[in-house]
Amino acid sequence: MGLLSRKVTCNSHGQDSSYFLGWQEYEKNPYDEVKNPKGIIQMGLAENQLCFDLLESWLAKNPDAVSFKREEQSIFKELALFQDYHGLPAFKKALVDFMAEIRGNKVSFDTDHLVLTAGATSANETLMFCLAEKGDAILLPTPYYPGFDRDLKWRTGAEIVPIQCSSSNGFQITESALEAAYQEAQRKNLRVKGVLVTNPSNPLGTTMSRNELDLLVNFVTDKEIHLISDEIYSGTVFSSPAFVSIMEVLKDRKLENTQVWERVHVVYSLSKDLGLPGFRVGAIYSNDPIVVASATKMSSFGLVSSQTQYLLSAMLSDKKFTKEYISKNHKRLQKRQNKLVSGLEKAGISCLESNAGLFCWVDMRHLLSSNTFEAEMELWKRIVYDVKLNISPGSSCHCTEPGWFRVCFANMSEDTLKLAMQRLKSFVSSITIDNQTHQDLKNMRKKNRTKWVFRLSFQSFHDREQGER
Amino acid sequence: MVSMSKIATGNGHGENSPYFDGWKAYETNPFHPIDRPDGVIQMGLAENQLCFEFIKKWLMEHPEASLCTAEGVNRFKETALFQDYHGMPEFRQAVAKFMGKVRGDRVKFDPDRIVMSGGATGAHEMVAFCLADPGEALLVPTPYYPGFDRDLRWRTGVELVPVICESSHNFQITRTAMEAAYEKAQEANLKVKGLLITNPSNPLGTTMDRETLKSIVKFINEKNIHLIGDEIYAATVFKDPEFVSISEVIQEVECNHDLIHIVYSLSKDMGFPGFRVGIVYSYNDAVVNCARKMSSYGLVSSQTQHLIATMLNDDDFLHNFIMESKEQLFKRHKYFTWSLSQVGIGSLKSNGGLFIWMDLRKLLKEKTFDAEMDLWRVIINEVKLNVSPGSSFHCHEPGWFRVCFANMEDNTMEVALSRIRSFILKNNESIIPRKLCRRSSLKLSLSRSLSRRMDDFMSPAGIMSPHSPLPQSPLVRART
Repeated sequence: MGLLSRKVTCNSHGQDSSYFLGWQEYEKNPYDEVKNPKGIIQMGLAENQLCFDLLESWLAKNPDAVSFKREEQSIFKELALFQDYHGLPAFKKALVDFMAEIRGNKVSFDTDHLVLTAGATSANETLMFCLAEKGDAILLPTPYYPGFDRDLKWRTGAEIVPIQCSSSNGFQITESALEAAYQEAQRKNLRVKGVLVTNPSNPLGTTMSRNELDLLVNFVTDKEIHLISDEIYSGTVFSSPAFVSIMEVLKDRKLENTQVWERVHVVYSLSKDLGLPGFRVGAIYSNDPIVVASATKMSSFGLVSSQTQYLLSAMLSDKKFTKEYISKNHKRLQKRQNKLVSGLEKAGISCLESNAGLFCWVDMRHLLSSNTFEAEMELWKRIVYDVKLNISPGSSCHCTEPGWFRVCFANMSEDTLKLAMQRLKSFVSSITIDNQTHQDLKNMRKKNRTKWVFRLSFQSFHDREQGER
Repeated sequence: MVSMSKIATGNGHGENSPYFDGWKAYETNPFHPIDRPDGVIQMGLAENQLCFEFIKKWLMEHPEASLCTAEGVNRFKETALFQDYHGMPEFRQAVAKFMGKVRGDRVKFDPDRIVMSGGATGAHEMVAFCLADPGEALLVPTPYYPGFDRDLRWRTGVELVPVICESSHNFQITRTAMEAAYEKAQEANLKVKGLLITNPSNPLGTTMDRETLKSIVKFINEKNIHLIGDEIYAATVFKDPEFVSISEVIQEVECNHDLIHIVYSLSKDMGFPGFRVGIVYSYNDAVVNCARKMSSYGLVSSQTQHLIATMLNDDDFLHNFIMESKEQLFKRHKYFTWSLSQVGIGSLKSNGGLFIWMDLRKLLKEKTFDAEMDLWRVIINEVKLNVSPGSSFHCHEPGWFRVCFANMEDNTMEVALSRIRSFILKNNESIIPRKLCRRSSLKLSLSRSLSRRMDDFMSPAGIMSPHSPLPQSPLVRART
């Protein structure tokens, strides 16, 4: 048409991908324990629904926080008028304290380096606007969160070049993979501006090892580029190894006064750890004052509602609450993850060993009809339409090997998870029977063929023998 | 070493402009009636502070709006999880209803065309991203809100071309001016994608008449360019002529509806800038779909959506609020403009907005923007009022200033007026022309009659009880 911008008519927003078909199917036929027990169970949504009782009981004891009151005095007017893009000081203080607490207080954060944004979606886009533009690339290890294609590229004009990770070493980042990605970007005539990692990883559910983190620091130091660490799942690490933040690594290596210090930026949000995606609370933490200054001005396009800042400043300032919450959150996530893992095991399915996140990275390679992405899509469609589970295929996360799926476990009740596992078990058994039958048939045909060939050659052998005598 | 982006290191955010001097002066010495009676009074902030008591009363009677009743707490989980960029249906219905009511129910808005954004700031940027590519242009009538330079251009790469409006036409938009701007853009090889109007106008405080709006709609249809109507001040129209929205006009004239988009927000009409409720309403399906996806970068907090939905779905509240707001703004505007006229200060005749467009051309040493800046510095440093000079709004003529009147208590307004009076009367010989000098002999009797008149205006009906005025938000000072 030419009347609208190219951003409207292109599809860099990524929502035409087949991955969204699963969502659409779910929307048409969503599972409900009572109203629609045969519906599709949503296992593609990384939500944390395990600790709402803790949040609700805190709210019941602290009504002032939601009714615009402080010490029973109304502060409605002050909150309604508060639009300072520096953010509510009390909220920023509470948030940096919370971030430190999650990291076992091994690092501390300065409110002057924190920028509030409308969710991590906005934080990631804003950081990209600050660091990159058309002609630039950012390197991301695969598999990665599909939303990055939109958040990092769409309106910024920047490109993503993948760092290929493979199952051979648990999808860890290697030096050669980093180099290869860098070379690939150069080959495409793109200026590499930085590396973005998600730690803990989405979709893997694993924390990055100290070795990987060291590798990254060395790489960005050597190439003199930025490092963005999206630590949105930092509060979901439920078993060892303990979470090691990029800030901890820099501190341990005494890199505070070196150049790389100012090129490391952390993204955070309360959407996963606290289960509050609707409240749109995201943050950028940077050691570079220019990035902080620029991101702060850009945050005007997506500030956090003062109403929400106030509620959360009260909640996160309650240290008794945060301590209990962090601990219970870990325990419940671990318990729930175990249920998913054992349920999968019973279906003969394994997954990547994980210690964090709201999902598992499930290995269904053995269920593929062939080692191809077409086969992965085929399997996925069967799981969505026949098994009625909406899970996320690895290809949507840019995984380089077919057969992996992300399956969420924290966005449903325990009973629903149980049911999902039963459905999966039945499905796998039926494939196995089918495969077995298919295999038996194949074997039988193979045996008959062999017999026939053997008879033939035996005959000819005997013929020859008689001939030669 | 790798650099940051040009967007980050450039000046596109607009904050290095000299106009921030006024803000800095205020920030370092803010007025407080008790603690800092000689401080700078903030008259550069277009906030609506006149209806908070009214709203607070409603809130107290409706705790469920804030999720703090037992019933409210049960809704907490549902609300906390809701991140659908379509927005809560009840929120969209409530906003659509409010927008319709503000336009006298002469238009009906479709809740499915309502898209959320991070305030009007986010809405403008989003619309620019949808309608124009980098290097393309939007036409904007002057004088215009300085924030547009950032919101429409900074990260989008879009250019702005001014449509010059002059005091000789009361700053109204003329066909000639629009044509001239369009041609200028062509000459500069800029592809014009749309025209952005703010109606009611910031900084003028006036509404556009039906004929002007029709002429604008005709123009954009002929040129096949978009029309963006920023109607953020729609409910602040406190007297005739009545507000006419472009949504009404397109019902009356032939128009390609795919070209029509409205930007709205609750920051001015309701006085809720902190809640970040921005709206894009487009008659173009492709724009709605795209904007909706982009709204991911600035969704309205679901906690706030719930509050607004509950509030605006209350028909009584809606009706009464609109009336109360108009009344308070009318009173404040009338008193302010009358008091100024008593010392010979005029302003553009206005019927809406939270400010007046003050005419200080007579006080300029010469008809230049340098003289305007000089006068401005005097107003900040000597009169101790932070007002906004017309040049910051890209006004074509020097001598005009935007002065806000709805962001302070009555007693602060009195202090501001007395300072203005003192300044005018003190400088009458050197600055004010002779006809005004004659008035200065009435100085004494004036002040007496003024205080009597003030009593009239301060009559109990509808004047809210002042609570302690706060020059800076106590929320910034509070550390716990």
